[in-house]
Amino acid sequence: MVSDAKPKLAVWKFTSCDGCQLSLLDCEEELLPLAKEVEIANFREASRAVIKGPYALSLVEGSVTTAEEVERIQHIRSVSKRVVTIGACATAGGIQALRNFKDVQEFSALVYASPQYIETLSTSTPIAQHITVDFELQGCPINKRQLLEVITAYLHDIKPTIPAYSVCVECKQRGTICVMVAHGTPCLGPVTHAGCGALCPAYNRGCYGCYGPKETPNLVSLSRQCRHMGMSTDQIRRELQTFNAYAEPFRRESLSYEK
Amino acid sequence: MHSSPSINDQLIMQCEQFEQLLQRLQQREYHVLGPTVRNQAIVYDTLTSIADLPKGYTDEQDGGSYRLKQRHDDAFFGYAVGPHSWKQFLHPPITRIWRAKRDGSSFHIAKEDKGIPKYAFIGVRSCELHAIAIQDRVFLQGACTDPGYQERRQDLFIVAINCGQAGGTCFCASMQTGPRATFGYDLALTEIVDTRQHFFVVHIGTELGAEMMDGLVCQQASPDDLQRDEQIVACTAQTMGRQMATSPVELKGLLARNLEHPRWEEVAGRCLSCTNCTMVCPTCFCTTVEDVIDLAGEETERVRKWDSCFNLDFSYLYGGSVRASAKSRYRQWMTHKLSTWYDQFGSSGCVGCGRCITWCPVAIDITEEVRAIYDSEQKE
Ligand code: SF4
Ligand code: SF4
Ligand code: SF4
Ligand code: SF4
Repeated sequence: MVSDAKPKLAVWKFTSCDGCQLSLLDCEEELLPLAKEVEIANFREASRAVIKGPYALSLVEGSVTTAEEVERIQHIRSVSKRVVTIGACATAGGIQALRNFKDVQEFSALVYASPQYIETLSTSTPIAQHITVDFELQGCPINKRQLLEVITAYLHDIKPTIPAYSVCVECKQRGTICVMVAHGTPCLGPVTHAGCGALCPAYNRGCYGCYGPKETPNLVSLSRQCRHMGMSTDQIRRELQTFNAYAEPFRRESLSYEK
Repeated sequence: MHSSPSINDQLIMQCEQFEQLLQRLQQREYHVLGPTVRNQAIVYDTLTSIADLPKGYTDEQDGGSYRLKQRHDDAFFGYAVGPHSWKQFLHPPITRIWRAKRDGSSFHIAKEDKGIPKYAFIGVRSCELHAIAIQDRVFLQGACTDPGYQERRQDLFIVAINCGQAGGTCFCASMQTGPRATFGYDLALTEIVDTRQHFFVVHIGTELGAEMMDGLVCQQASPDDLQRDEQIVACTAQTMGRQMATSPVELKGLLARNLEHPRWEEVAGRCLSCTNCTMVCPTCFCTTVEDVIDLAGEETERVRKWDSCFNLDFSYLYGGSVRASAKSRYRQWMTHKLSTWYDQFGSSGCVGCGRCITWCPVAIDITEEVRAIYDSEQKE
């Protein structure tokens, strides 16, 4: 049977909001062509049907925050030829990695009426901290074009074209006026990974770094400039401690402002 | 008696005739582009009439800072260059080079239907004329030429403007590239505006320029008018916001002698490798090509995009990037602009427009970096 020859694609969820998986569903026009090329073997957000592994490509969304997840990610690795992590949670720990800077018990006590029922690790960690990952697709949420690019590349056994340069490149390519220079609005674009198409500056606001760090980011210089533009050190710390707070360059810089 | 204008004529053009000139260009099917206000900056975009020009606006520029301001008069061109450059039209940021479709075990290439418009640029500064001339050498000289650039370039009509004021980061005078337009234009204007009058001195540069002026009601410029024209541009030359420490030819040797200067490490500490300086530079021309294929592997296209020597992939060879450090990347950029460009293209690659200074988010200033190296040699 022809369909048996199709590579199997699986989508796995860890601790996350489901937004990145949704990007796959968002590929409305490309979903049918995708279903022609791959067998969608495990994608709970789209179908309850689960086809057994091994899988040619596993897309992993979410971070590791429980003991169960520590085990489960090992299993997924063992049944997958390629593992691609998608989104800020999977690649950097996500917004829930804010616990890594504080005491998670305190958070639980504040949020839940009966915190004694909460079983959780004290940290939220990226998938690559637990297993070998073939490719990390950054973004909160990821860009669906980039997701298709990654899937297509793995289907055809070529390197995905996902440039790791700054958001500024995309900003200038689309002719946007730099908000940092022309409006005096602080912007994380110069240290942030491209991929969104420089969305925020195009709407007159600074980039807030939802795609995480770019290659060779210079946080020290950019935050010096942000201070010069009137941001307080606490504002800078908060700006860096969002979806990608635990990504090493952002973490190191924000921690330098912790009292 | 009406006599037709010819090359080297100097005419006086009132605002009404300026409007007629724009209309005439549109009637001749030019896509007319020029400065206009968008989002608190003066950008280059389509002009339908002189009402689209940034009348009464100016800019205040400094390292890492640009602010749009009101003027006290109605000048149309009372500002310096902004975030955009003409490069975005002649050498667009993203272009598809070709598409191909699978055909059994072979494939065929679909020809691009170009449909390249005939451009007229209004308000091209002297530094920008030099930048266009530099890109002409890059794309059109030698064995390999760029057919797309050639097509966009060949029918270009240029109305230059002699700068009536220098911007805070301009340094064309020290790069010997301005502020007066001396070549490469069809028409060059000097705007004269005071409480009593508002007109342009028009310098005709080409036959086509003369033809465009023909029939517009304009007088010959008087010696007085020409003297005012001279004074305005001379004053601009004297009020440059920035200055290079030494002449363009000297810069070539200065940087070549100082490839291991400690200043490179120092500037690397500030540089974000964000690429803004290269993107805004009117002479930077580097691109990358990306192949995009569809899921089924039936169609593919090759897209060319602006790239930058500040990106790691730019110097990626098997095994890694040749210029892994920010120091080597900044040094590559500046020494290429000011020094090795001579070896490659026979001139400096910098025209002193100041864009890289203004649009660097952390205010890195090419003239200041040069001065630091220059001064250290003086002390030796
Ligand atoms: S607005 Fe932000 S992303 Fe765009 S060029 Fe400026 S600093 Fe870079
Ligand atoms: S290097 Fe800077 S000043 Fe020189 S042409 Fe480029 S942008 Fe203008
Ligand atoms: S660098 Fe010279 S020619 Fe260019 S805008 Fe400034 S004054 Fe005008
Ligand atoms: S010099 Fe400025 S604009 Fe250029 S890459 Fe460095 S920080 Fe960015």
